[in-house]
Amino acid sequence: MQIFPRSSNAIARASLVLVVLAVAGLGWVVLELERTPYITNAGVRKAQPVPFSHEHHVTGLGIDCRYCHTSVETSSFAGIPPTKTCINCHQQIWTNAAYLEPVRESYRTGRSLEWTRVNQLPDFVYFNHSIHINKGVGCNTCHGPIDHMPLTYQYASLQMEFCLDCHRNTEKYLRPRDQVFNMRYEPPVDDPLGKNAVVFGGKTYNNQIALGTALHEAYNVRSVKDITSCNTCHR
Amino acid sequence: MSIDEHKTKPAAAKAAAQPDVCPTKRKQLDLATVREQIEDTTGPEYWRSLEELAGSDEFQEMLHREFPKGASEWLDDFSRRGFLKTMGASLALAGLTGCTRMPNTEIVPYVRQPENVIPGKPKFYATAHTLGGYASPVLVESHLFRPTKIEGNPQHPASLGGTDIYAQASILDLYDPDRAQDITYLGDVRSWNAFIDAISGPLMAEKSMAGGGVRILTQTVSSPTLAAQIRDYLAANPQAKWHVYEPINRDNVVEGAKLAFGEPVETRYDLSKADVIVSLDADFLYAGFPGSTRYTRDFAARRNPDADMNRLYVIESTPSSTGMKADHRLPMKASDIQSFAGALAAFGRVDPQAARPTDEVGRLLLAVGKDLQSHKGSSVVIVGDHQPPVVHALAHSVNQALGNVGKTVFYTDPVDANPVNRADSLKALVDDMHAGKVDVLLILSGNPAYDAPAELEFASLLKSPAVATKVYLGSHRNETAELCQWHVPEAHYLESWSDGRAYDGTATIIQPLIEPLYNGKSAHEIIAVFAGDSGATGHDLVQAYWQKQHTGADFDTFWRKSLHDGWIADTASKPKTVALKTSSVPAPQSATASGIELNFRRDPSIYDGRFSNNGWLQELPKPLTKLTWDNPIMIGPAMAERLKLNFKDVAELEFNGKKVKGAVWIQAGHPDNSITVFLGYGRTRAGRVGSGAGFDVYPMCTSQAPWFADGAKLTATGETYNLASTQGYQTMETPNGSERPQVQERSLEEYKKEPNFAKEGEPPKDLTLYKPEIFDYAKETYSWGMAIDLNSCVGCNNCILACQSENNIAVVGKEQTLRGRHMHWIRVDAYYNGPRDNPKGFFQPVPCMQCENAPCELVCPVQATVHSSEGLNDMIYNRCVGTRYCSNNCPYKVRRFNFLLFQDWETPQFKLMRNPDVTIRSRGVMEKCTYCVQRISEARIDTERADSTIKDGDLQTACQQSCPANAIVFGNLNDPSSQVNKWKAQARNYSLLGELNTRPRTTYLAEVRNPNPELAT
Repeated sequence: MQIFPRSSNAIARASLVLVVLAVAGLGWVVLELERTPYITNAGVRKAQPVPFSHEHHVTGLGIDCRYCHTSVETSSFAGIPPTKTCINCHQQIWTNAAYLEPVRESYRTGRSLEWTRVNQLPDFVYFNHSIHINKGVGCNTCHGPIDHMPLTYQYASLQMEFCLDCHRNTEKYLRPRDQVFNMRYEPPVDDPLGKNAVVFGGKTYNNQIALGTALHEAYNVRSVKDITSCNTCHR
Repeated sequence: MSIDEHKTKPAAAKAAAQPDVCPTKRKQLDLATVREQIEDTTGPEYWRSLEELAGSDEFQEMLHREFPKGASEWLDDFSRRGFLKTMGASLALAGLTGCTRMPNTEIVPYVRQPENVIPGKPKFYATAHTLGGYASPVLVESHLFRPTKIEGNPQHPASLGGTDIYAQASILDLYDPDRAQDITYLGDVRSWNAFIDAISGPLMAEKSMAGGGVRILTQTVSSPTLAAQIRDYLAANPQAKWHVYEPINRDNVVEGAKLAFGEPVETRYDLSKADVIVSLDADFLYAGFPGSTRYTRDFAARRNPDADMNRLYVIESTPSSTGMKADHRLPMKASDIQSFAGALAAFGRVDPQAARPTDEVGRLLLAVGKDLQSHKGSSVVIVGDHQPPVVHALAHSVNQALGNVGKTVFYTDPVDANPVNRADSLKALVDDMHAGKVDVLLILSGNPAYDAPAELEFASLLKSPAVATKVYLGSHRNETAELCQWHVPEAHYLESWSDGRAYDGTATIIQPLIEPLYNGKSAHEIIAVFAGDSGATGHDLVQAYWQKQHTGADFDTFWRKSLHDGWIADTASKPKTVALKTSSVPAPQSATASGIELNFRRDPSIYDGRFSNNGWLQELPKPLTKLTWDNPIMIGPAMAERLKLNFKDVAELEFNGKKVKGAVWIQAGHPDNSITVFLGYGRTRAGRVGSGAGFDVYPMCTSQAPWFADGAKLTATGETYNLASTQGYQTMETPNGSERPQVQERSLEEYKKEPNFAKEGEPPKDLTLYKPEIFDYAKETYSWGMAIDLNSCVGCNNCILACQSENNIAVVGKEQTLRGRHMHWIRVDAYYNGPRDNPKGFFQPVPCMQCENAPCELVCPVQATVHSSEGLNDMIYNRCVGTRYCSNNCPYKVRRFNFLLFQDWETPQFKLMRNPDVTIRSRGVMEKCTYCVQRISEARIDTERADSTIKDGDLQTACQQSCPANAIVFGNLNDPSSQVNKWKAQARNYSLLGELNTRPRTTYLAEVRNPNPELAT
């Protein structure tokens, strides 16, 4: 007696493929989920004790990054300004603004402001700001349009693939050192009219790859093999 | 028996027949076999333990296993059902762990950022750690004002960059969660002001009696400020008295100097000029001996066989690391050393052959005597602290007669501010207490209730109402604190201002790096309260003292420079001329005792017991035995055989009517008819780490015989006890067919004839099936390598602790150590060679070899260990899934696995202590030496920012930095002028297990001994 009709053969064969596809698909879904802002926190505006606006301070007032993030050129940690830095200006302006009360209170009482960390890396990753600045990685390469953030959020996923993308293709991202803190810097594009052309070392570059390659050479950036060695970031 | 025959023993078959994996039921070592092995000279040439020498099956198994028995098995009491439940839950959650969302964390900036503070960049401050009154100068690394690591002070003559284990481990004491945290009165918490109020009443009353009832009991004080404070107080209260006690004291040294010169001068040696060194029971290369850091540096510098190599004779009663380094070593009962010293002093006047028969002792005596005579002015005789005064006096006369004074031996004023006899001083205090003369007793640290000589019964006296007011200043609520009404927590040296003197008299200002964590107070502040100046701070007191001493104009510059440098210029004691009172040196008495001698020694790890609660030191394998967490009853192999005692047997030791039980440790090279026991264990109130470990022998220790005495009795009890010794774990095996020992050694003479001896058996560099390009690192800027000089290494264990501190290595505890799960990234193997009664000893530090052709990398299924472009064998914790294949395949057995969650993630104090530049490893992750990759990264980034490269010498690994012997050198192999390349170019350079063709980046310089040709057999 035959229980299964002939067509079940086809279903069985198809299901072999379908199971593989389903498992692969599930894997793909999980991997994609891993990349969503739900996991990476990219784009999430976290609550802060004071609604500090980078947009206002950088774009509006033209304050340089290093006025507050003082150790960005010398240390692994860019530095979060002490309350004193805020008070430098805010003892003159907006002295009575209600939302600045936590700042004034901190200065009065000597208790630190407790900011919620926005750009967060796992504990087993060791990132160093100073060397990236020194080798010509712009602030907004990783931090995105920070100068247009009324409330600060993490721009990039900061997952390993994000870091590796640059470590494997440095020429795609490097810019001259004097442009690192320039928020309006735009990389050269292949344009016959020389739009965004960058002059470096007496040569004009119309192409980011050519510029990046030249900068990689000029700034003694270590080879791709070097900077993709595990101990570059993990120790 | 050759190595091959060793293998043919059916070890594996036997192991299979014994299903039981419990390490507690190991087969006992048969000492008769050991003897036979020796007599037949069939054992391995270089052996690590007597078990290996006997070729025991158990040892064979240890060789073949990746981890010792019991390490990889789940032995804990855990039901099958519970296991399945946990596994099920773990599996269900396993898929989700990747999706963990990172929790929100805070950034807390300063309100007003101090000048020159750069978050992420550590700062270094100079200060000093004091032990036994002698300050060892250190630099302390501070991350945002959290002290995290202790280094030596490279500019200080007493350190030259090296440290000792106690200084290294003192950082853990600072963060010890068991430290006393409150001022207490009879156990109730009180405030500082309440203490001042309460104490002022009795002090006022005493004031009217010129302080007649006040007694101050301190440990050895070298702090000029504290000494001046106490002296000022005594001047104001002439009837008050200052007593000094410390169990590990130098009474014999002081008395010996008095005997020889009539005054308590300090003896200082210059080993850089000594061609011949004779140690009479002096362990001068190990921490705790004043000046050991500097002596080790000078000694090691003279061990270069290509230059003018020194010669070391050691005659000792307890095998020590100094003895291991000796060119000639003679085990001798402590009581016999006196007559040896006497014969040495009489050498030339009395025919030694007449005095001694032509036995081993006589031959050595003759050779030593002749050698000393032919090195007048460039030799030195050093005597151990525990030898009686007469031996010290004899050594002074020998040094004087040889014209060594002013060349290798210097006499100076004592470093100790109050060099009274400790035993007499405490006895006088006890007598006064009995007589009811003491009303206020102030004990400034120490732990006399635990470690005072037994016959004084100090603890019960302290408990009795003999003294009305008892104040104890101490860091822990220990045995003494329990018996005093007032207990004031003592500030750690990294929390308080003070000063101290190094072994050469150089004064250092001890500056704090952190506010007291628990409102601790320093001795200065307590004495100030007694002097009626309760508002004085430690800083003001120390500064005021030095302001008085300073004669120049600009005190502020002087103060700042002294703090910055870590020492005060021109404070080293000047050598003084002292005349030998030859008449007063009594003739040495030849030993009459023929019974069993009992030796008391400070413990190599926890000293006199004060470091009991320090997990790093408890777990530090002691130099020879590699024991952790315990003290043994140490005897020689011959005696063990006579008494039918074996490893792990518990024996009962009887002495002076007191009995104590302890596990036996049979130490090769221990003199016969002699027992050594170690002080400092058996604490009852040490804290969660130290309480209950080992057995206490202080009750046997009396002031008549503080160090050794005759008349001990040892009997077997039939019980057994497990000692956690790491000797034998992680044992390297020589490959099939190779008889190349792990330690390579020759005599100076042989070395001169055949300098390349160590390289024998190494494959040529180009022997590989791979494309040779993959080993080509020449194009890189850096290619890291290390060389370790076995000749210089003195087995001081500094590297282990420096590594532990730098790399956040966990402490695992005795039970886990017993299973071989300890985590040290660098181990120091001890090897022996020759007869078990007096073998030659060798030390070999073994970190990860960073093989270019790394066996571990080939077997990792997840590529968690791979090579970096600069030739490092990287370990990536976040990739590791814990298969342990890598450690199984590592011939050097240098990989360590987190079998359990060994790191303490909870205790808040430890969070402050850890190095923020190194990942904290969790359970299930393999770890190993990284060549301090965090330091490499930091140095590379710092130099690259300046568009430069790392210069040789600018980058040091933690082990290299702490090494007092300069035995480790690390650097860039692509820099032809680097020190590491120079070392690797030497003839002595060889690769450990090089015959495996792993191409290790760490290589060794073979050991060359300089035996006296006259003693050649």
